Amino acid sequence: MAMLEVNDLKTHFKTQDGTVKAVDGVSFSLEPGETLGIVGESGSGKSVTALSLMQLNPKPPVEYPEGEILFEGQDLLKASESRMQKIRGNDIAMIFQDPMTSLNPVFTVGDQITEAIRIHQQVSKGEAKKRAVQVLKDVGIANPERRVDEYPHQYSGGMRQRAMIAMGLSCNPKVLIADEPTTALDVTIQAQILELMVDLQEKYGTAIVMITHDLGVVAQLADKVMVMYAGRAVEQGPTDDVFYDPMMPYTWSLLRSIPRLDTAGEVRLLPIKGTPPSLIFLPEGCNFNPRCPFVKDECHRIDPALEGKKPGHAAACILSPEELENKKHRVDEELGVEG
Amino acid sequence: MTEAPNGRTEAAGATSSASSGEYLLETRGLKMHFPIKAGVLKRTVGHVKAVDGVDLQVRQGETLGLVGESGCGKSTLARLILRLLEPTAGEVVFEGENILGYDRKRMLRVRRDMQIIFQDPYASLNPRMTVGNIIAEPLKTHDIGGSSGERKRRVQELLEIVGLNPEHYNRYPHEFSGGQRQRIGVARAVALNPKLIICDEPVSALDVSIQAQVVNLLQDLQKEFGLTYVFIAHDLSVVKHISDRVAVMYLGKIAEISDRKGLYAEPRHPYTNALLSAIPVPDPEKERARRRVVLAGDVPSPANPPSGCNFHTRCPRVREYCKEHVPPLIPQEKNGGAEAGESPDHRASCFFPVLEGQRIDERAESTPYRVSER
Repeated sequence: MAMLEVNDLKTHFKTQDGTVKAVDGVSFSLEPGETLGIVGESGSGKSVTALSLMQLNPKPPVEYPEGEILFEGQDLLKASESRMQKIRGNDIAMIFQDPMTSLNPVFTVGDQITEAIRIHQQVSKGEAKKRAVQVLKDVGIANPERRVDEYPHQYSGGMRQRAMIAMGLSCNPKVLIADEPTTALDVTIQAQILELMVDLQEKYGTAIVMITHDLGVVAQLADKVMVMYAGRAVEQGPTDDVFYDPMMPYTWSLLRSIPRLDTAGEVRLLPIKGTPPSLIFLPEGCNFNPRCPFVKDECHRIDPALEGKKPGHAAACILSPEELENKKHRVDEELGVEG
Repeated sequence: MTEAPNGRTEAAGATSSASSGEYLLETRGLKMHFPIKAGVLKRTVGHVKAVDGVDLQVRQGETLGLVGESGCGKSTLARLILRLLEPTAGEVVFEGENILGYDRKRMLRVRRDMQIIFQDPYASLNPRMTVGNIIAEPLKTHDIGGSSGERKRRVQELLEIVGLNPEHYNRYPHEFSGGQRQRIGVARAVALNPKLIICDEPVSALDVSIQAQVVNLLQDLQKEFGLTYVFIAHDLSVVKHISDRVAVMYLGKIAEISDRKGLYAEPRHPYTNALLSAIPVPDPEKERARRRVVLAGDVPSPANPPSGCNFHTRCPRVREYCKEHVPPLIPQEKNGGAEAGESPDHRASCFFPVLEGQRIDERAESTPYRVSER
């Protein structure tokens, strides 16, 4: 049994203009010590998926019409709020994108970490503070004994993100959900934080859900990848398979549209035309068809389901792997790219 | 002494004000020290050295990439070049003339030739103006483009150039997506046929799939109109993609500058090395094989920069010497050792540059690199 198993999760927002299917049938599973990378553009449903796992979406307007989130076999969608409070922060912890706004400015960092510890564990204030100092030390904050009594504004951006991670790890969670944990940070600080997450994962065997739009970060950390587009998983598989042999034109286009440090300047970027669709007015047929470089007539009628293309590697596209290969090849030839 | 690319040697630097025809833009010893005021009397208690002595040369028709972490002074430098901020010291030489002494009228004339594209396409367009008026405004300010009908035609032509529908002339910015808004910003910048455009993080706020659209547009416009770009970004991959030459900034100073190939293939400054190694590449196998150099700590405050080399607090190769001496920006050896010679175009400010075959965290054994020259 997987530690975390999500089956056909649907998270819908009821609005006056119609139902926004922010997450529309997403499934994945996670083993201890494993890292899943969730990639997608803004509005693709990455963060809502993360908040659904923690049951932190406001209800209403959010509904979960279908699906289950099995954590150690227990369905979190059916769990009571008091049960969820025991799980949140303790078994499943989350690191948010913006460390500037996710820490409370009027409490010291130490107060905020001890709060998390004292909610979940029966320990004295002194004991909790000792542990707060220890986790701050674990995440590489210098002078933790002094820093524990400082306020968030006295920390730099990178230190605040470390403090967030310290808070997330203070109860040794089994699953850590990191929602764009390094997007707001400079690259040298990003490298520090990612290294820290890997070290801690090795030490404690934490399973990580890494949400990002940076394909490089995914290539660096993830064991497997889920690519989201307009609320759905459009490609899923082991990291190497998805990067070296993308089966969904969206994934392929994303990889071709970003300048890469290893090849930048040698090839012209291949932009994805248009913009992501509105989640209320989705296109007929495949959601990606208005932007797809390989679109065929059928794509306007058939809404492809996520199906296995190779063992462990699934994609939502009606093109067969051979057809896709030919089309990729043709584009490369037009652009004069080798390989 | 700075050697020009064609082999000519000429005097340059903060003291010289000789004009040099081959550069469209030059900054000489440019400094911006913002005063820190404190107390009731608002006395100056210190200075934030946002830009602290920058010499840059930008050639006609090239793209100079300017990279660095937040707070390194990239955007301040852009504003100094455009004279949106008045520098504390130094010169900004545009087409051979120092524009810092110019009065309002002459400055207005120069501004036709230098434009800027801002980072945030949401904040840089007035929400109460139609797109047509936004793009026509520079034409009105400089009183060109003729009658309002002619101006309208010009604006529609510009909209078409940047890939927007000319019929959307009367729409407001909120009716456009982020990528489209950035195109509007580009149209406004090229409206006056400028010579130089400063692009201040033009794609950082955009989604990955949209970035490529704007990057390609900028490249096409450059080819079509012979534009010169100063392209500021924190993303070294984007900068590598678009730039001919790249300058790396750290705490208000240039750490390293070179043509693209030299900087990315043979980075000499330890900071450049660390920056490059910190960027993840979307290739799982390459990622597994990489050795990362993770710098410790944060960027120091520019209000109180470290003594000597300003990078010494984070440098893996630091030696005592670096803490007391300020390294000059000097030409670097090409790969192939001393026999291959120096490249005058590749300069770094480091006493112990990372030479061919060395690792950054290996401490250089030699005496400080050509210190005798100082």
